[in-house]
Amino acid sequence: MLSALLVMTGIALAIGAALGYAAVRFRVEGDPLVEKIDAILPQTQCGQCGYPGCKPYAQAIAGGEAEINQCPPGGEEGIRKLADLLGREFKPLSEAHGVEKPKAVAVIDEQICIGCTLCIQACPVDAIVGAAKQMHTVVDKLCTGCELCVAPCPVDCISMVTQAETVQTWKWRYPVVPLRVEGKRAA
Amino acid sequence: MTALRKLFSFNGGIKPEPHKAASTVEPIAVAPLPARLVVPLWQSTGAAALPLVQAGDRVLKGQRIGAADGGLSVAVHAPTSGTVLQIGPQPMAHPSGLLAPAIVLAADGEERWADLEPVNVAGTPPDALRDLLRDAGIVGLGGAVFPSHQKLRPGPHGTRTLIINGAECEPFITCDDMLMRERAAGILRGAALMKHILQAREIVIGIEDNKPEALAAMQAAAGSEAEVVAVPTRYPAGGAKQLIRVLTGIEVPHGRRSTDYGVQCFNVGTAFAVHQALDLGRPLISRVVTIAGNVARPRNYDVLIGTAMREVVALAGPQPDTDRYIMGGPMMGLPMPDFDAPVVKATNAILASSPALFPPAPPEQPCIRCGDCARACPADLQPLELYWFSRARNFGKAQEYHLFDCIECGCCAYVCPAHIPLVDYYRYAKSEVWAHEREKEAADAARQRFEFRNFRQEREESEKAAKLAARNAAAAAAARASADKPLPTGEPADAAPSSTEDKKKALIAAALARAQAQPAAAPPRNTDNLSADTQAEIAAIETRRQQVSPPAGDDAGETSATSAAAPGTADKKALIAAAMARAQAQQAAAPPRNTDKLSPATQAEIAAIEARRQQAASLPPAPPEPPK
Repeated sequence: MLSALLVMTGIALAIGAALGYAAVRFRVEGDPLVEKIDAILPQTQCGQCGYPGCKPYAQAIAGGEAEINQCPPGGEEGIRKLADLLGREFKPLSEAHGVEKPKAVAVIDEQICIGCTLCIQACPVDAIVGAAKQMHTVVDKLCTGCELCVAPCPVDCISMVTQAETVQTWKWRYPVVPLRVEGKRAA
Repeated sequence: MTALRKLFSFNGGIKPEPHKAASTVEPIAVAPLPARLVVPLWQSTGAAALPLVQAGDRVLKGQRIGAADGGLSVAVHAPTSGTVLQIGPQPMAHPSGLLAPAIVLAADGEERWADLEPVNVAGTPPDALRDLLRDAGIVGLGGAVFPSHQKLRPGPHGTRTLIINGAECEPFITCDDMLMRERAAGILRGAALMKHILQAREIVIGIEDNKPEALAAMQAAAGSEAEVVAVPTRYPAGGAKQLIRVLTGIEVPHGRRSTDYGVQCFNVGTAFAVHQALDLGRPLISRVVTIAGNVARPRNYDVLIGTAMREVVALAGPQPDTDRYIMGGPMMGLPMPDFDAPVVKATNAILASSPALFPPAPPEQPCIRCGDCARACPADLQPLELYWFSRARNFGKAQEYHLFDCIECGCCAYVCPAHIPLVDYYRYAKSEVWAHEREKEAADAARQRFEFRNFRQEREESEKAAKLAARNAAAAAAARASADKPLPTGEPADAAPSSTEDKKKALIAAALARAQAQPAAAPPRNTDNLSADTQAEIAAIETRRQQVSPPAGDDAGETSATSAAAPGTADKKALIAAAMARAQAQQAAAPPRNTDKLSPATQAEIAAIEARRQQAASLPPAPPEPPK
């Protein structure tokens, strides 16, 4: 009887020690859910969701403070992915937060730019180069199209230009078979 | 050397009607020089070349007009001598129908070559040879246009076998066949050069056994230098992986390259281009193109890159019902959006198509998973699964089934009893996956930059705070020191500045005072040996200056006295006033120079001035009391 108790207690202690060690040794840093949500968000860093960047929005979603339909750049596809990930119902994009637009990049009219650096300070991804009283320009490869630089410009020299498809970015279309209507019968 | 080699086989494949006889009747003809050439800058798998010329420039035949931009990019060259008309978007030999940047040349008809420098291959290191090939614009001419200089790197364990691909399995296309018949020596020479760069041990040339003339010509040229092997005719024996498997038995697994197994494979056209580039110094400016299909006289032409397809096809007499061109063969070819698309390095054939020759596919029927496609697939994939996942836009699953090992040979669609355009689904899925990857890369880069920016802002903030704290401490120490030992001019000594704002202001004021004191302390230059008149003038100016400054001090005093409500401003004013006083004191203390040997009149004038100066100096009220 006593030996059985001792054996059981021993096993319990051993397992407890192993679990305690594992909890320390394999501790998960950060919140993996936030990382997963952040990976779905488009990283435009535009703040249209009401949070200062994609990561804070991901944290808010994970914390249950924000809805999943507040990200216009992510669009419907993004909302679907978030709904899948979180097991929530799909919701249409909240109109209060904006509308889905085609991808655009900011372009500075260099004739008008006065070199005030306000847009440089506004850019969340450091995609604008320039110095005080020097002309500024947008590095279009880095621009996320967040439009945050448009409002601060005192001379309205920044415009958002929709990205046209190029030979390199062109995609094959989903195959569709045209229905041929012939004289005798519709195929 | 005849083939004593043990041959292997690949699974699947098909035997379509070859349609090759018609275009091999006549030898390769040189296409006439067109008046206008459009040389696209994007002619390799990498980035588009960077233009090296401007509109209006005169260029010579073979001159480099676009430089390689990045590792997978190669240069482009002027196909003939002439003038650059413009650099801008032009129709491109691409199924999208989009415009792409190109250099448009007007030929002058002189065909004047640029200076060509043959390369001393033996005395040049392999790296330099690879760079030369990149600058000669050499890419794989089988149709994939992968830069050859990148493929000419020995594998991790060296390269044993160099395979020259003369299989040319696709129906209608005969450009490699004719090239081997007519230019076998050049191909062999190019192969020997590639063998040298790769340090390969053997050259094996694989040719489908339906090309006896090409086999004979290559065998005659090869001698003992290379092994010419006839491979069984079966589409797609000309695929690189399939030919490697047939000739060596090596099956290159998913995610690996043939170089990992000591084998590298090049098209015969590429070998000939390497020979031209290194032995003659001629860059890749033309290629052999098969014109076939719905034409009266199918034939191969040596066409300058940049010639409009319409002009080349016109030589072969297209039938009036030709409705579009296909670049490449009927199996893998791409429909061209425009008759005016230029011939590019990837153009091995142009097929004139008509509804009678290539009737539109019958309507797609449901897939019943019969498995015919899986039996036909030379890459050992499950085309039906790839189809289901691509159709359902389940790209992750399609990738699990090795979508990217698909070589788009079209065997599956050829055998499909339900007439499903399977390759179209794979191309759609692949381009969607690429687009997703591009987006993901961009998103990751944006995330990184955003996080770095936040980090940088925090760092700047903390640095600024630390700097301010250090400066405050220094200012406090300075204030204590000056409080112990007050200055004779009655400097306001910052009676224990209450806030950081005041300290900052004090520091600014001190700096200003220093700056003002400096020019005053510096002795005026070139004041020796002046005429009396000039001396007098200087003295007069000095007087005026003295007269002007005291009232300024006066003003400052008054303002500081009246605006005690604004301690900051008052502080500053007081400091400025104090600094001015110091500067004046310094000036006064400095002994007047050049006062010897003056005329009595001048002496008198100086005395008068001095008197005035004294008067003026006594005018300002006593330095204002420090506020507070």
